[in-house]
Amino acid sequence: MSNPRPPSDPLAIEVADLVKRYGAVEAVRGIDFAVARGEVFGLLGPNGAGKTTTVEILEGYRHRTAGEVRVLGFDPAQRPRALRQRMGIVLQSTGLYRHISVREAVVHWAGFYPRPRDPDEVIALAGLIEAQGTRVRALSGGQLRRLDFALALVGDPELVFLDEPTTGFDPAARRNAWEVIRSLRALGKTVLLTTHYLDEAAALADRVAIIKDGRILAEGAPGELGVGATSRYRVAWRDAAGEVHERITDDPTALLATLTTEALARGERLEELSVTRPSLEDVYLELTAEVTS
Amino acid sequence: MSALIWRQYRLERRMFWRNPTAAFFNFLFPLILLALFGAVFANDQSNLNVIVPGIAGMAVMATTFTALAFSMTFLREQGVLKRIRGTPLPSGAYLAAVFASAVANAILQIVIIVLAGRTVFGIPWPPAPLELVVFAAAGVVCFASLGIALSHAIPNFESAPAYTNAIFLPVIFISGVFFDADKAPKFLTDIAEALPLIHLIDGLSGAMVTGQGLSHHWSDLAVLAVWSAIGIFLAVRGFSWEARRS
Repeated sequence: MSNPRPPSDPLAIEVADLVKRYGAVEAVRGIDFAVARGEVFGLLGPNGAGKTTTVEILEGYRHRTAGEVRVLGFDPAQRPRALRQRMGIVLQSTGLYRHISVREAVVHWAGFYPRPRDPDEVIALAGLIEAQGTRVRALSGGQLRRLDFALALVGDPELVFLDEPTTGFDPAARRNAWEVIRSLRALGKTVLLTTHYLDEAAALADRVAIIKDGRILAEGAPGELGVGATSRYRVAWRDAAGEVHERITDDPTALLATLTTEALARGERLEELSVTRPSLEDVYLELTAEVTS
Repeated sequence: MSALIWRQYRLERRMFWRNPTAAFFNFLFPLILLALFGAVFANDQSNLNVIVPGIAGMAVMATTFTALAFSMTFLREQGVLKRIRGTPLPSGAYLAAVFASAVANAILQIVIIVLAGRTVFGIPWPPAPLELVVFAAAGVVCFASLGIALSHAIPNFESAPAYTNAIFLPVIFISGVFFDADKAPKFLTDIAEALPLIHLIDGLSGAMVTGQGLSHHWSDLAVLAVWSAIGIFLAVRGFSWEARRS
């Protein structure tokens, strides 16, 4: 039963042991995560990892096979209207009436919500002022995507789902979309973002969960990810012959002691010595690499 | 709720008129047929008496069955249904507006066909207006639900014309849209009698030409009701807001 929680509930999304099966295929295999209010949370993973399935369960499009899910205190499977009034959705791919103009669409969508934002303000925010009289069938792919943003935001939602929002964008349009997402965060909105772009997750998300084959492999702030069981430090240097070496270690202190002792004994210097924590990209690549024999 | 339906209905109407192809096939095509057959049978009142209710029945089928099978396939494949479903607009309000828009087209068509029959071919005003309303309503419900049901079976929008025309064209042919169905071979009339269109046309003929009241057409209404029940069952049971996963 959906007992709406008081607004003071600090969690916008709670997912516990979520499982989704399509016939024999297990798309989501028991994942847990929570998104705090006002947080930008990134689900990062390769295609087919289960990102969209997870998000569409939270949006109320799909029914879960097992597990517990709460979105703004509601069970999304029951598709309560009160929930739909408080969330905005940018689907991975979706169409619109071909003969509606940008402005007509935004104004019409505003009418679905109890307290919408000003359509003109949303059109400006989405960068569609010049295209506002254009019919949907004549929009470019990037403009259509920006219209998706506008329609998801015009209801002034507390929670925004963005499923691969910038796929297919040129670099300028991506930066623009990032600005819009940052502005949502500044307004205190909660954002659940899926992406397969590492830089996007690193630039936007407060926390990231890396998902593959329906499982969460790691979770944390983009800068901290990798500190933990899978944590590695990378130690690199150039030897006297000019050759670059690289070691990955759990214990950089011991490795450095060994390396420096040996170098001193040989009377050499460790040129360009560096100790780096793995970047999000390193963790991602390590975690999502196919195990090949 | 009614305000939401009305608002959505107005959007659907605006979108309809902006789509010239749909407007043409749903709207002008029956009128062109009426004009052509009217010209052929210009001096033959008995044939005109067949053709006018026949075209009216065909128009109801075209504006509801064919149009909804097309548009639901298109809206589903394009993801419009899915997007609408993610908004607070209640699904029932949306579907009511889509249905009402199809009904508006059917009503417009019947009005124009009655006017054209009166002014161009000298057919009297419908002698049984109540029956006209009852049969138009029964036909609209029946063919709208069958159109939505058919859309579930159409795999993609490219094949929508093939699916709908494979049903629409033979059915209008054997149901006596263009000729008196009683003159067709028996096996064809037997098939036609099992389908709803011929019964809609019989009822419309009673309303528009012979002036027979509802009491003469209970069996026609019963057949339409059975097909409506089948159509509504299949339309609801198979309904999907999303295109099938490929």
